[in-house]
Amino acid sequence: MNNIAKTTLKSFGLMLIFTAILGGIYPTITSLLLEGFAKPQSIGSLIKAKDGSILGSSLIGQNFEEPKYLWGRLSATSTPYDAAASSGSNLGVNNPVLLENAKARIQNLKKYKNDESAKIPVDLVTASGSGLDPEISPSAAYYQIPRIAKARGIDEASVKAIIDKSTKKRTLNLLGESRVNVLKVNLRLDGKID
Amino acid sequence: MAHLLTMNGLLQLVAYFLILAIFYIPIGNYMANVFSGKNTVLSPIFKPIEKSIYNLLSINPEKGMNWREYAITLLAFSFAGFVLLYLILLFQGLLPFNPQKFAGLSPHLAFNTAVSFITNTNWQSYGGESTLSYFSQMAGLCTQNFVSAAVGLSVLIALIRGLRGVETSDIGNFWADVTRANLYILLPLSLIVAILLGLSGVIQNFQNYLEITTLEGAKQTIAMGPVASQEAIKMLGTNGGGFFNVNSAHPFENPTPISNFIEVVSILLIPVALCQTYGVMVNDKKQGLAIIAAMVLIFAPLLIFCVTQEQAGNHVLTTLNIDQSVNSLQAGGNMEGKETRFGIVNSALWASATTAASNGSVNAMHDSFTPLGGLVPMVLMMFGEVVFGGVGSGLYGMLHFVIMTVFIAGLMVGRTPEYLGKKIQSYEMKMASLAVLVPSLFVLIGVSIALMTKAGQAGIFNNGAQGFSEVLYAFTSAANNNGSAFAGLGANSPFYNTLLGVCMLAGRYWIIIPTLALAGSLAGKKHIPISAGTLPTHTPLFVGILIGVIILVGVLTYAPSLALGPVVEHLHMIKE
Repeated sequence: MNNIAKTTLKSFGLMLIFTAILGGIYPTITSLLLEGFAKPQSIGSLIKAKDGSILGSSLIGQNFEEPKYLWGRLSATSTPYDAAASSGSNLGVNNPVLLENAKARIQNLKKYKNDESAKIPVDLVTASGSGLDPEISPSAAYYQIPRIAKARGIDEASVKAIIDKSTKKRTLNLLGESRVNVLKVNLRLDGKID
Repeated sequence: MAHLLTMNGLLQLVAYFLILAIFYIPIGNYMANVFSGKNTVLSPIFKPIEKSIYNLLSINPEKGMNWREYAITLLAFSFAGFVLLYLILLFQGLLPFNPQKFAGLSPHLAFNTAVSFITNTNWQSYGGESTLSYFSQMAGLCTQNFVSAAVGLSVLIALIRGLRGVETSDIGNFWADVTRANLYILLPLSLIVAILLGLSGVIQNFQNYLEITTLEGAKQTIAMGPVASQEAIKMLGTNGGGFFNVNSAHPFENPTPISNFIEVVSILLIPVALCQTYGVMVNDKKQGLAIIAAMVLIFAPLLIFCVTQEQAGNHVLTTLNIDQSVNSLQAGGNMEGKETRFGIVNSALWASATTAASNGSVNAMHDSFTPLGGLVPMVLMMFGEVVFGGVGSGLYGMLHFVIMTVFIAGLMVGRTPEYLGKKIQSYEMKMASLAVLVPSLFVLIGVSIALMTKAGQAGIFNNGAQGFSEVLYAFTSAANNNGSAFAGLGANSPFYNTLLGVCMLAGRYWIIIPTLALAGSLAGKKHIPISAGTLPTHTPLFVGILIGVIILVGVLTYAPSLALGPVVEHLHMIKE
């Protein structure tokens, strides 16, 4: 019995030491190093206006519903793009709500589009995993060019140029997917960033 | 098939295996050196720290333990971890680094989370950014991410000592094993990965949540925190409990294809390299190669099947005018619950890797996978987390299957069952059977209880077969210490928190104890020289039988429940 008590005491001692090293010193060292080498990333890759005010994060999507803006993925957070409580929809493929959500988005898209025949890119009618996806596929962005151009009274080529400027290709032409940063496109459309 | 697995998709998968293969030998050898007590490149830094820890607690690292002492020490140590974490979570409201002023967790949620992290399961009943303070994340979860993985490593090393030992009761010193695993292996690797992740955009700060106004004029609160440091060990330690609710789907946990690649490599890095460690430590590298071959041969086909199922898309959406095809401008496929930057290939790769290893993190929502795509992660867990598996726990789980295979193959050809010069007798078989069967028992009984009670049914989110899959997935994940979820299931209730907590404990310690007993029994045996009657355990034939045994045990146990869940759901999807 005495032995077990000793072992338990040592266990708590070792656990406290590990807490100090692994739960205290290690995150602190990481923070210091990253503050030195990657300050902008460490605080959330924020986008600043020319006057220095914070417009958002290039990694966190914002909700867009006005026709003059590029729209992103559907978001399943309690209010769309709630970056304080991320969530996916968790809807199974057969769940009728998934179909309803897709139909509602299609209706919104069709309101501004005369060409009924064009197929809608799947990422425009499905919710992202995080509810905060900052990006959509180039195909989903191109689909929206006529609406944005019309709402702003500008030509389609200049909208496409802004989309292309805000597009990232696969890393090393290999990893991930090509994608368009929705917030950056909209900030550029509004002339708030270069 | 060809249009479902693109050339780029294939190349991404090849790149993944290639990187793991490159690290196999250096990291495997390094870990073998650490656990053999040899000096390594990092000894000048960590030796003094290690020594002062031993002095402070008057531990003699050279003193051998028999398997009972080892097990009792391990249990006491885990108990200490449980108590500390439980108290931190319960009294979070009184502790520092809590900018959002989160209150303490409810007792059942604190119990579930504490059990989840000491058992290396990291099931997420908690909501991350909406529940936990920075202190709870760092001092509580981050610490246990390290320590629980180190416990897994220690048990594996003890088992290897059992296989090597000759007529001894000594299987090593738990204090030394767990300290070395933390200091020499997990800490330096985590630091490297954390810095790489930070450079690629993962956040690391202690700021208050950021309040901004969006371009359309809405208010948005953006959660912050020390994420990179926790993300690194979360992946490397096969833990998987996210800083944020949506885990590695969150752009702050996993912002780019590069961060995704680093993280998904980190999932399998240690479990894969441990096969080399094993080979080195038993003085026969072919034994390690045979095991890694079996793992890859089970993993690769399932992975490719998962990619193709997700790329095929959601059949229900084909009734609408939607383009689900893959081309140079879009990933296509079943994009519900997936992030644009990861698309289909990286989401399916992650889902397969995270469940093959007992990691359980996600970068896409498994509940929204196609029925057969979602069957893959479920099946990989049902194999008992031995295909790569958890850090340490995967390989010791696999060695139970190896022993079973030696026994069965021995009976078939009429040879005396022996493994690495040790006779395999009824005691070893009993321990191996316990370790293999206990998790399945808890899965099936747990699912039955949940389905028969109102409290269990109340958590189900999707209707019909998918709802059944949610429950099946939850218990499979808990009892096999994985931690991923069909996250629609509302599991933060006293019922699920408690029952899943019990399954996690059983799935961890009811395997660890038979494993240590096995180590003790093997260590006490004589070493028999190889003879004409010895069945070689590194040949393709043996690998084949081993795969057969794993699949037979897994599939025979779970085939009926898989038919009721994913298979019915699939038929339902394609009927329209």
